[in-house]
Amino acid sequence: MHMADALISPAVGGTMWLATAGLIAHSSKKVTAQGDDRKVPLMGVLGAFIFAVQMINFTIPATGSSGHLGGGMILAILLGPYAAFLVMASVLFVQALFFADGGLLALGCNVVNLGFFPCFIAYPLIYRLIVHDKPKQGRIMLASVIASIIGLQLGAFGVVIETFLSGISSLSFKTFILLMQPIHLAIGIVEGIATAAVVTFVWKARPEVVMPSPSDKILDLRGILLGFAACALIFGTLLSRFSSKDPDGLEWSISKSRLYSNSYQNTSSDRVKAGDE
Amino acid sequence: MSHHIVEARDLHYTYSDGTIGLQGVTFRITHGESIALVGENGAGKSTLLMHTNGYLLASRGEMRIGDAPVTTHNLNIIRRTVGMVFQNSDDQLFMPTVFDDVAFGPMNLGLEKAEVEKRVREALTTVGASHLSKRPPYRLSQGEKRSVAIATVLAMSPDILVMDEPTSSLDPTSRLNLIKLLKTFRHTKIIATHDLDMAMDLCERTIVLHEGRVVADGPTAELFKDTTLLHRSNLEKPLRMQQCPVCGTVDKLNNTNHRSHP
Amino acid sequence: MNNIGRNYFDINYMDTLSAGDSPLHRLDPRAKLITTLLFIVTVVSFDKYTLSAFLPFFLYPAALITSGKIPARYIINKVLLVCPFAILIGIFNPIIDTQILFHIGNMEVSDGWVSFFSIIIKSLLTVSAALILISLTGFNAVCEALIKLGIPRPFVIQLLFFYRYLFVLTDEAQRMDRARALRSFNTSSMKLYTFSSFIGHLLLRTLDRAERIYLAMCSRGFNGHIHMTKTIKNTWKEFSFVAVWVSLFLLFRLYNIPVLLGDLVTGVVK
Repeated sequence: MHMADALISPAVGGTMWLATAGLIAHSSKKVTAQGDDRKVPLMGVLGAFIFAVQMINFTIPATGSSGHLGGGMILAILLGPYAAFLVMASVLFVQALFFADGGLLALGCNVVNLGFFPCFIAYPLIYRLIVHDKPKQGRIMLASVIASIIGLQLGAFGVVIETFLSGISSLSFKTFILLMQPIHLAIGIVEGIATAAVVTFVWKARPEVVMPSPSDKILDLRGILLGFAACALIFGTLLSRFSSKDPDGLEWSISKSRLYSNSYQNTSSDRVKAGDE
Repeated sequence: MSHHIVEARDLHYTYSDGTIGLQGVTFRITHGESIALVGENGAGKSTLLMHTNGYLLASRGEMRIGDAPVTTHNLNIIRRTVGMVFQNSDDQLFMPTVFDDVAFGPMNLGLEKAEVEKRVREALTTVGASHLSKRPPYRLSQGEKRSVAIATVLAMSPDILVMDEPTSSLDPTSRLNLIKLLKTFRHTKIIATHDLDMAMDLCERTIVLHEGRVVADGPTAELFKDTTLLHRSNLEKPLRMQQCPVCGTVDKLNNTNHRSHP
Repeated sequence: MNNIGRNYFDINYMDTLSAGDSPLHRLDPRAKLITTLLFIVTVVSFDKYTLSAFLPFFLYPAALITSGKIPARYIINKVLLVCPFAILIGIFNPIIDTQILFHIGNMEVSDGWVSFFSIIIKSLLTVSAALILISLTGFNAVCEALIKLGIPRPFVIQLLFFYRYLFVLTDEAQRMDRARALRSFNTSSMKLYTFSSFIGHLLLRTLDRAERIYLAMCSRGFNGHIHMTKTIKNTWKEFSFVAVWVSLFLLFRLYNIPVLLGDLVTGVVK
C-alpha cells in the first residue's frame, strides 16, 4: 500500500513529513523515558525482520494470488506503540531512500498510513481492548485479525484523503474510496489471519514476548492527535493559498516553468498550449 | 592479583520456562590458568559462562570474580574484569565499522578519546586486524570476524577471558592462527568448546560438565584418556590421541607427523 | 524471494566505496547530507509535467561521481534496478491523462506520457543522489550527521541497528526459504500454515539474536548510550561545497537553462 510520489502534492507531502517528524520526536522521547536498554538491539533486528518478511509471500487461500505481511501490527504487539512506530519509520525510510519504494515526497504519507494507524490507533484502541491483560489464544487471534483490518482500512482511507487533498489524481473522491476500501478489506482479512497465525505461534513458544508491558498503557493519544491537527491546520492554510485563484508563490512558478518546458519542446510546432487551467 | 580468580560455589540456575541449567557447580580457577569447559550440547556450558559476567544471576549458590560475588551492584566492575567472546561473531559485532566496534567498550568505560584510539589500535594490532579498521563488520570473513570479536574484548583490557566455542565455523588455517594467538595471551582463560584438540593445545586443565553438574575436573591430558567419561559427554578423544588409521600408533605430541605416511 | 531485493543487496558495496579517499570523501558528512536533501527537495518540487528543466540537474550526480571516483556503472546499475518501481507508479498516467500536449512530427504526445517520463526522471535523480551520498559518506556517517543535526537519537540508533542487521536477517530468511523451496517442489509461495510457522520461527530466531546482541553489548559496559568516535569538521570547504551547489540548484529551479540556451541559439540564428 505504499503511496507514490506521483499522487501527492508538495503541500500534502510536506504536512505528512511534518507529522512524521513530530511523531518520531515524540516516540523517541517516550522510548527514552521507558529506559528499556533491551529494546535497542531488539528494535534494530525486528526492523530487519520486517524487511525480510515483506519479501516472503504466502498463497491466499481459495485464490491464485499471494500476499505478504505489512508488519506494523506485529511490531506494535511485540514492542508497544512508540518503539514499533520508530521501527516502522526506519524501515520505510530505508526503503524510500534505497529502493525508491513509494518515493521521498510520499514518505511522510507512508509513515503515517503504515506506521501511525496500526501503532497508535489499531493497536491501543482495538488490540489491547480485546486482549486486555490476559492473553488467550482465542482473544489474540480475534484481536490480531480485527486490529489488522481496522489498521489497514484507516491506512487506505489515509491514502484516499491524501490523494484527494493533493488534487493530482483525476479520480473522484467517491470512486476512489469505493475502489480502495473494499480491496483493503479483503487484504486486511488475509493479513489479519496471517498476523494472528504468526502471533499465536510465537505466543505458544515464548508467551512473555507477546505479553503487553504495563508501560504501553499510558498512551498519550490526545497529545499526538493535537499535534497532528496543528500540522494539518498549518499546511491546510498553505494548501488553500496555493489553490486560490491568484497565481502566487509556488503555483505561479510551477505554471511558469511548465510553460517554459512546453514551449521548449514545441520549437518546431506552433501549437503551444497553456499551462494548467 | 586476586581479582583474576574465578570461583563458583554450588551454583544453581533454572530458566524461567523450568529448564534446569545448572544444579550445583563448584570450582575454583586461579590466576593465569587456562580452563577448557567441555560437555555435550545442553550440558550447561553457556549457562555457566553467562554467570561469569553477571548476565545470569545464580538462583542458588554464588559466582565470585576476584574477591567479590557477582551481584547486580558490581556488574560494571565484573564486566570490566571479565571479557566475553561469543560463539556467533555477528552478534558481537553490532557497530557500523570495526573501529567503532572495538571502541564501543572503551567508550562505555568513559575513557578519553586519545586513550580509546590507542586501545583500539593496540587491540587490533594484537589480533592482526589493523587493516580492517574502517571496514563494516558484515563484510568480513568468519576468521576475520572472530579476530575482531576478540579485539573488541581485549580493548577493555580484561583480566579474564571467557570464550564460547572460539574455533567453531573457522577453516583449519584460521583455527590454527587463532590457537597461536590465544597461546600468547597471559589472561586467565575459560574456553567452552567441543574442539578437544584445541583444548589440549591451550588448556592445562579441563572441567567436564554433564546435565548441569561438574563430573570431572583435572589435568586435560589425563581426562581425555578416560574414554567412558568422554563417551558419556558425547565427546570423542582428540584426534592426536586416537590411533593413526595408517600405522596404528598414537602420538600425543605431534599431530602432523602421520601425514608423511605413504 | 523477491529478485530485485536479492540483486539489490550488494548495496553494502557502497559502504566499501565510502571508505575511499577523495576530497569529497573527506568532506564533513553534514555538508553532503544537507546538499543531497536540498537537491532532492528541489527536484521533487517541480510539477508533474516538467521534463527539460531536469536536464541541468544531472550535473550534480555526474560531477560527484567523477570527482568522487565512484564507479559510474555501479550507480547506474543500481538506479536502473529501481526503475521498475517508478515505471509501475507512472504507468497509469498515459492511460488516465490523455490530453494532447504537443506533437513531435505526426506523433501526438499526451500529458500522461510527459508526466510518466517526468516521474521516471525524478526518481532517477533522487535515487542516484541518495546512492551517491551513501557511496561518498557511508550510511553510518550519514547517521552521525543526522544526530549532529538534531534528529532524535533513539531514531538514528534504530536506523544504525536496522541497517547493520538488514543483511544478516535477509540472508537468514533467504537460507530458510531456500531450504524450504528445495523440499516443496515448484511452489514459489507458501500455504498460510507453512508461512505462519516459517515466519514464527524466523521471529523466534530474531528475538534470540536480539537477546544475544544485548548480552554482547552489556558485556562491554553498555548503559543505554551509544557513543560515536568520528570527528566532525566545519570549515570553509564544507561551507563552500554547500553554498555552490545550493545556488546552482536555485538557479536551475528558477530558470529553465535548456530553454534559455535554446532561445539564445535561435535568437543568434535569426
